[in-house]
Amino acid sequence: MTTVMSPPAGSAVRQAPAPVTMAAALNQALADSLAADDRVVVFGEDVGTLGGVFRITDGLAAKYGEHRVFDTPIAESGIVGTAIGMAMNGLVPVVEMQFDAFAYPAFEQVTSHLAKLRNRTRGRVALPVVIRVPFGGGIGGVEHHSDASEAYYTHTAGLRVVTPGTPADAYLLLREAIRCPDPVVFLEPKRRYWSKETAVLTPDGPPVDRAVIRRPGRDVTLIAYGGMVATALEAAEAAVEEDWDVEVIDLRSLSPFDDQTLAESVSRTGRAVIVHEAAGFAGYGAEVAARLTEQCFHYLEAPILRVTGFDIPYPPPKLEQYHLPSTDRILDAIARLQWEDDGA
Amino acid sequence: MVLGRRFDTQATVLAKQGRLAVYPSSRGQDACQAGAALALRDQDWLFPTYRDSVAILTRGVDPAETLALLRGDWHSGYDPYERRVAPQCTPLATNTLHAVGLAHAATLQAKDQVALVLLGDGATSEGDTHEALNFAALWKAPAVFLVQNNGYAISVPLAKQSAAPTLAAKGIGYGIPGLVIDGNDAAAVYAAARAAIERAAGGGGPTLIEAITYRLEAHTNADDATRYRTDDEVRGWLDRDPIARLETYLRASRLLDDEAAGRLAAEAERLAADVRDRMSAEAEAEADPAELFEHVYARPTAALERQRAALLAELEEAAP
Repeated sequence: MTTVMSPPAGSAVRQAPAPVTMAAALNQALADSLAADDRVVVFGEDVGTLGGVFRITDGLAAKYGEHRVFDTPIAESGIVGTAIGMAMNGLVPVVEMQFDAFAYPAFEQVTSHLAKLRNRTRGRVALPVVIRVPFGGGIGGVEHHSDASEAYYTHTAGLRVVTPGTPADAYLLLREAIRCPDPVVFLEPKRRYWSKETAVLTPDGPPVDRAVIRRPGRDVTLIAYGGMVATALEAAEAAVEEDWDVEVIDLRSLSPFDDQTLAESVSRTGRAVIVHEAAGFAGYGAEVAARLTEQCFHYLEAPILRVTGFDIPYPPPKLEQYHLPSTDRILDAIARLQWEDDGA
Repeated sequence: MVLGRRFDTQATVLAKQGRLAVYPSSRGQDACQAGAALALRDQDWLFPTYRDSVAILTRGVDPAETLALLRGDWHSGYDPYERRVAPQCTPLATNTLHAVGLAHAATLQAKDQVALVLLGDGATSEGDTHEALNFAALWKAPAVFLVQNNGYAISVPLAKQSAAPTLAAKGIGYGIPGLVIDGNDAAAVYAAARAAIERAAGGGGPTLIEAITYRLEAHTNADDATRYRTDDEVRGWLDRDPIARLETYLRASRLLDDEAAGRLAAEAERLAADVRDRMSAEAEAEADPAELFEHVYARPTAALERQRAALLAELEEAAP
């Protein structure tokens, strides 16, 4: 991690492309944001001395001081509630919820105040707050450590919800989230924290609100986000053997939703599969499927399918492999897209 | 207090006439409302609840803007930064954390600012009150918690709310000084709040004040208080009316005479007339449906732009 983090924080000078983990990219984004803007403060449970249970805030308290990076009591409502007050008084709080399911005590502050204060005050009070939430499964966590909780947040107007699928995007999206005048729920796919890619970390890139085509293809659009982007890319590579040319889209911003990029792709391929870890029922994929059906109906060659977790509470570690969408399950879904009818 | 009382009774009438969607009166709690607002320095912040319209008015917010929430114009009618008054908080106790956050931000930025948060006896049962007291104590935040203990959380009496010897006693567990004061004594409220503000501003940390008072009206105009309390009980508190008590004191001290009292009463009537005029049907501004989409985000999203256009097209089609 040290070579990756070696450029001075806030420096415009960037290294040549080097292997970097998502965890290191997030750490660098926080460091650079703290350096770039005095108003940024980082706080939460164990984020100070320890550097966070996932070490995402490693070294930040030592470097930027305990007045800017600090530990709080274990009280998630308190963390978000005080972040709201701090933002009202000129700061830009970036807070950490230790795990997805441990963010629920803050739900009232997030949905009733963080999301609504701008609207409540007719735009007079802006809350540039970022809530970082390590989310999703795949790490063998015991109960309450693996929830895919995105739909709770995307259903709440006033919040932006973003999730990176790659280390480079983790850096870019977090920098942008911290600069954003709206509150952002920043979902970090914890199963990808330690996956590496060769990248240059830069705040320049595709706008946050836009989905990105990670792999162009002609036959079917595979839609994923967060921890499922890598899985979708694997499935796309495996599909080559079956002669399916799969396009993979990384949504990045779950709210707002990039209708344009998605509709353009699905209108072109005529087929779509949505992948997410969360339960399918009333899940985020239902919204995607509905929107694409509304916008691309006349181009569709097959019903839009979803590959999701089952409609069950998140399983114990020994059983999570059966729950999480796999490349095989994605390939099975692609196989069911009415190929025999495809203008043969 | 006289002006605040007149505003409050006028608002109660407006609610009964249907001019306000609802009005939670603070009649009887006048000393807390005025004392808290007047104790604040100009740069300090007030974090009120839905029952604290009179405190907001006392802080200098325009009366019609104060009532915008309750008239249903919008969720809040005033600019919080203008008089440093947070929007009225409807969910209980959530504003305690906002106040502590704002106060701590003042410390972090070396601003001389104190946040005073109003809450009721019922709100002390909420988890956020606990978290706010704990955070405030740890951070030595320049925050003041003023609990208006009016004896009831809608219908539930304090005896069913807390087994603590007093609500102020809860401060002990957090390492915060707690005091119980007579919430119907304006001088006591002002003095206690002022001392707590000065202590907070001087780096002494937060204070928890429990002001014993009573809500003379029902919870709101939609509530029937006879279902949970007796007329005798209410009469007992009428005898302890904070305005009558202050008047007795001021007259005995020769600080108030008939002429001054008359001037005050006339000013209160002018305020009430102004409120009536500005809350009349004629004065009602047309609510703008397009505004529904305006403030959700810093800039409306593409989807919200489409929804706004759809609504406006629908209205145009429906127009005669």
